Amino acid sequence: MIGGLFIYNHKGEVLISRVYRDDIGRNAVDAFRVNVIHARQQVRSPVTNIARTSFFHVKRSNIWLAAVTKQNVNAAMVFEFLYKMCDVMAAYFGKISEENIKNNFVLIYELLDEILDFGYPQNSETGALKTFITQQGIKSQTKEEQSQITSQVTGQIGWRREGIKYRRNELFLDVLESVNLLMSPQGQVLSAHVSGRVVMKSYLSGMPECKFGMNDKIVIEKQGKGTADETSKRCLSGKQSIAIDDCTFHQCVRLSKFDSERSISFIPPDGEFELMRYRTTKDIILPFRVIPLVREVGRTKLEVKVVIKSNFKPSLLAQKIEVRIPTPLNTSGVQVICMKGKAKYKASENAIVWKIKRMAGMKESQISAEIELLPTNDKKKWARPPISMNFEVPFAPSGLKVRYLKVFEPKLNYSDHDVIKWVRYIGRSGIYETRC
Amino acid sequence: MTDSKYFTTTKKGEIFELKAELNSDKKEKKKEAVKKVIASMTVGKDVSALFPDVVNCMQTDNLELKKLVYLYLMNYAKSQPDMAIMAVNTFVKDCEDPNPLIRALAVRTMGCIRVDKITEYLCEPLRKCLKDEDPYVRKTAAVCVAKLHDINAQLVEDQGFLDTLKDLISDSNPMVVANAVAALSEIAESHPSSNLLDLNPQSINKLLTALNECTEWGQIFILDCLANYMPKDDREAQSICERVTPRLSHANSAVVLSAVKVLMKFMEMLSKDLDYYGTLLKKLAPPLVTLLSAEPELQYVALRNINLIVQKRPEILKHEMKVFFVKYNDPIYVKLEKLDIMIRLASQANIAQVLAELKEYATEVDVDFVRKAVRAIGRCAIKVEQSAERCVSTLLDLIQTKVNYVVQEAIVVIKDIFRKYPNKYESVIATLCENLDSLDEPEARAAMIWIVGEYAERIDNADELLESFLEGFHDESTQVQLQLLTAIVKLFLKKPTETQELVQQVLSLATQDSDNPDLRDRGYIYWRLLSTDPVAAKEVVLAEKPLISEETDLIEPTLLDELICYIGTLASVYHKPPSAFVEGGRGVVHKSLPPRTASSESAESPETAPTGAPPGEQPDVIPAQGDLLGDLLNLDLGPPVSGPPLATSSVQMGAVDLLGGGLDSLMGDEPEGIGGTNFVAPPTAAVPANLGAPIGSGLSDLFDLTSGVGTLSGSYVAPKAVWLPAMKAKGLEISGTFTRQVGSISMDLQLTNKALQVMTDFAIQFNRNSFGLAPAAPLQVHAPLSPNQTVEISLPLSTVGSVMKMEPLNNLQVAVKNNIDVFYFSTLYPLHILFVEDGKMDRQMFLATWKDIPNENEAQFQIRDCPLNAEAASSKLQSSNIFTVAKRNVEGQDMLYQSLKLTNGIWVLAELRIQPGNPSCTLSLKCRAPEVSQHVYQAYETILKN
Repeated sequence: MIGGLFIYNHKGEVLISRVYRDDIGRNAVDAFRVNVIHARQQVRSPVTNIARTSFFHVKRSNIWLAAVTKQNVNAAMVFEFLYKMCDVMAAYFGKISEENIKNNFVLIYELLDEILDFGYPQNSETGALKTFITQQGIKSQTKEEQSQITSQVTGQIGWRREGIKYRRNELFLDVLESVNLLMSPQGQVLSAHVSGRVVMKSYLSGMPECKFGMNDKIVIEKQGKGTADETSKRCLSGKQSIAIDDCTFHQCVRLSKFDSERSISFIPPDGEFELMRYRTTKDIILPFRVIPLVREVGRTKLEVKVVIKSNFKPSLLAQKIEVRIPTPLNTSGVQVICMKGKAKYKASENAIVWKIKRMAGMKESQISAEIELLPTNDKKKWARPPISMNFEVPFAPSGLKVRYLKVFEPKLNYSDHDVIKWVRYIGRSGIYETRC
Repeated sequence: MTDSKYFTTTKKGEIFELKAELNSDKKEKKKEAVKKVIASMTVGKDVSALFPDVVNCMQTDNLELKKLVYLYLMNYAKSQPDMAIMAVNTFVKDCEDPNPLIRALAVRTMGCIRVDKITEYLCEPLRKCLKDEDPYVRKTAAVCVAKLHDINAQLVEDQGFLDTLKDLISDSNPMVVANAVAALSEIAESHPSSNLLDLNPQSINKLLTALNECTEWGQIFILDCLANYMPKDDREAQSICERVTPRLSHANSAVVLSAVKVLMKFMEMLSKDLDYYGTLLKKLAPPLVTLLSAEPELQYVALRNINLIVQKRPEILKHEMKVFFVKYNDPIYVKLEKLDIMIRLASQANIAQVLAELKEYATEVDVDFVRKAVRAIGRCAIKVEQSAERCVSTLLDLIQTKVNYVVQEAIVVIKDIFRKYPNKYESVIATLCENLDSLDEPEARAAMIWIVGEYAERIDNADELLESFLEGFHDESTQVQLQLLTAIVKLFLKKPTETQELVQQVLSLATQDSDNPDLRDRGYIYWRLLSTDPVAAKEVVLAEKPLISEETDLIEPTLLDELICYIGTLASVYHKPPSAFVEGGRGVVHKSLPPRTASSESAESPETAPTGAPPGEQPDVIPAQGDLLGDLLNLDLGPPVSGPPLATSSVQMGAVDLLGGGLDSLMGDEPEGIGGTNFVAPPTAAVPANLGAPIGSGLSDLFDLTSGVGTLSGSYVAPKAVWLPAMKAKGLEISGTFTRQVGSISMDLQLTNKALQVMTDFAIQFNRNSFGLAPAAPLQVHAPLSPNQTVEISLPLSTVGSVMKMEPLNNLQVAVKNNIDVFYFSTLYPLHILFVEDGKMDRQMFLATWKDIPNENEAQFQIRDCPLNAEAASSKLQSSNIFTVAKRNVEGQDMLYQSLKLTNGIWVLAELRIQPGNPSCTLSLKCRAPEVSQHVYQAYETILKN
């Protein structure tokens, strides 16, 4: 199991050091600094073995978090734990920075004592932790309060406490997708996938039982078979359902139920949480198409023309569009002409950045640039990094639709109809690249 | 909130000041001071001098302050054990506090204080806490048992905490169950033989129920524990799999990987004909792919594991090539791992896409990555025949870029392509030759030289090219020198007339001017071959080469199976068994997959066949570098060639002599040449002969000596048997036997390096075994073991190692490590090496013991074909420490009563009945541990028959 946990600043100074096991000594702190933080070359692996001691590290801005062990630990668990620790810290004091860590070191030690015992991760849900680890110290609690805390920390529903009350029962669902694309210069899709998340904000009273439904192909086809009007149903579902390659759920979702019936049922945590993540690869709506044209005119000049086409309903508007066209390292000057938006050559980033605020569906826009090059005798060819794109669209590129989210709370007297529900779809670019 | 100020106090007299503040009356000031102390502690300053003052702050109702003091205590208690006792009272009191959070805090902290005296006081509070009404306290106490066990294992056992911990597995609270499982698993790891976890269908059922209810971390503990269970049949395996599969949808990647581990392991037990088997295979792919959208560090862990899974069960991910395509922004460690998996998944169906990708990668900036990409193109060519042509042309394009390391890497892989598809792509040789000058890495130079030598007849200026390399012969690395030697000999055999001078030059460079024994040996072999029988030389040197395999870098199957049991853990990230990086005994228990079900599996032998290959095919894995040495392996070096002995000093070589009649036989293909009738042995040919003779006889003397020693001491020594074939150990062959001489046991090993690489850093380790055999000294291999070299080592053994009953009893599992890898094998040792010298029992004693041992412990055996009389048998046995206590003659039969004692003090009594004239005799054995009888009988048999 985890033998110790260290946090360093960018210089390699220790900010937090907590040792859980006897086999980890103080010299481990220095070993990591010398061999990884101060190492000359780029980090070649997130796991480093120094003198039979293994170090796992992650970096958040310029802060290094390292877990140390001398045993054959579950490596995936260690990384998951490090990420979780970052989440917990962020939930307590915001951004993970040297300043914030120093300001909260007592709190961090307290948290580390709670969420890691003898190197075994314990309950690390911020909702539960915040009930008894506060910066004010525990106020005099009643016996009931104490047992409520302990039962929540250890209980089956560790993510929600009892007795939550809202005057207005409300929930928000955000379907957030990031669409990833790698396209060849000829317009052939080399790989495309959508990784999506359903984020829920719930303000519901009591212990509500929720059921979430979406246009999952497997579910729709199953239901289609049940009804008499099969053909028409299938026609309908054929268009509207989507094939989900894989999905993972927040720990509140009953996985065995999903496995057997493919229904998503859960008691949600209070406030915001990520209900599910999913991935699709079939029938993805690619919101933009990038058509590059690069011509080398002699040894000292490049002509670049890039056309972007929006490919969605004309009534919808895409926002925050940015096209990044890489330029060679020996660029001396760039002239850009674009029809729409603003384009600038950024020498420090070696790229032409073209920004468009808004663009409706089924439109087209183009940019052309002349790039002057300094003559070099560098034998190595310019690697031509791909043209990348950023955008945000108000629909889900995977085609996912929320069909329902039903809420049942048998003990309190509010019904599904009384709950105010909001659904929003946002599609963003992930790694959206076209080779040129 | 400006706690950061505590980090900046660096003035002199600080400790003194802190002391004053700690003893202040004001609570706030006290707290501030403790915070400062903790901050100093964090940055590594020694604040142990403040121990009594900090401990004084312990009694407080301010929980925050209390936690800080505890933190300090955990760090410094060990250095001030006497002072630490001061804290005990507060701990004990806190364990009774009405607030469960404080009770838990006290027991949690107490377990972290590694001071013996404190540990004593911990027992009572811990016992209470394990039965506390509050689950939060119970789950903390469960982990505390593991802590205490780490400090004092005996105490935990004596106090009966293990049983209480076992009871907690049935606790109503899932988190208590999970922590109890974690604690038990850890404790069980240090007692592999104890049946601590006692997994049975009932307890498994409890765990599976808890699995649905506990936290993500708890699920990991439970799944990791489940993976150690061995279901009793395929039906149970399937039902567990069914209940574990829902975990594949968990958001926590570690839960997913641990579930994958359980499934991969239990799948071994399912029949491939089962529908469920197919369903399971299909269910495994999507979650593995999803892992690749996790953060990069987790992706890396996932990819290292997928690499194993793809080797074990290639069918799972065969359609998922695209997800392993490298993204521009991937960290380099993710890129390299993805590339590895791409090569493994490449097949005819996806090769076009893969090649296009690889070509793209070859233009990237990271040198390691580019090299690997180029190499991957070559691998594709070898793996998918249809793509070979395209791969070759891609490689040629890359060579045109003239980027130095790309060119070199390309040449190395093209050499392999030539070997795989002889006489197909030689047209590219011209292009390769153009780049001769830019090659500066030994591997690339060697590859190029190999190509020139192999295709000498098609390269007009092959002699010039090779000659150009010869100029700096002594500055080249061994790899290049060997290759150059062979290439020139090949050239000579192909174009004898023009290259005599060249071959002489290289032979003399190799044999006279070099002090590298490999090079000299190879030089002499060629020389002698050429001088005695050029036709044979041609057959040997230009022999058809064995085909190279499609897969490389496959993990050795037994290791792979072991690593599959460690999915998700560090072992799977390092691709090494835990024993390679974990100190001491912990976690070094050898895990193995459940035995494969018999149905429908008989066709393939899953244990030995590399899993990456289609069944039935047994590819020989390409050796890492060079390949010609293999051609020479079969040469018999033994008897020196008969020839006129000559003075070794005159090594002037006559070209005419060397070629002599041999040249004719070489030119004309008539068989008469073979006899060498018209061939005059050249004077120089005797040089190696001369050299060889004394060494040869010296060697045989040595052998005589060893065999002499063996018989001298009496205890029978079996001839050496091959324990670890070279095939299974990347070229290391180990054979050996066991001896016992004057009270000491040793393992006589013979290590042979059949690989092409020098082996160093040998080490040996035994698994626990029935009689506690363990190496008494490290494995001493004094010099690096160069290719084709053999060393004999006698490893003294002791019998004080840790003991675990093995099946069969005399089984010994051995791990041998060298600079290349770790290899495992197991062997059976003859029991008589354990017979001690003082095994003679007193007559009276013998009689009493014989009667005392119940009759059901008696075992009777027949020893056939052993025509010895009583005297001879008795003396023979005595030399192996089986002592005759008494002798009787009953009805013409000789009865020998004998006794022997094993190293662990077990006495075995025997009655040997010999009938004169009858070649078989009857052996009756009586022993309190009847399981050894069978092996003692075997020992008798071997001793008597040899």
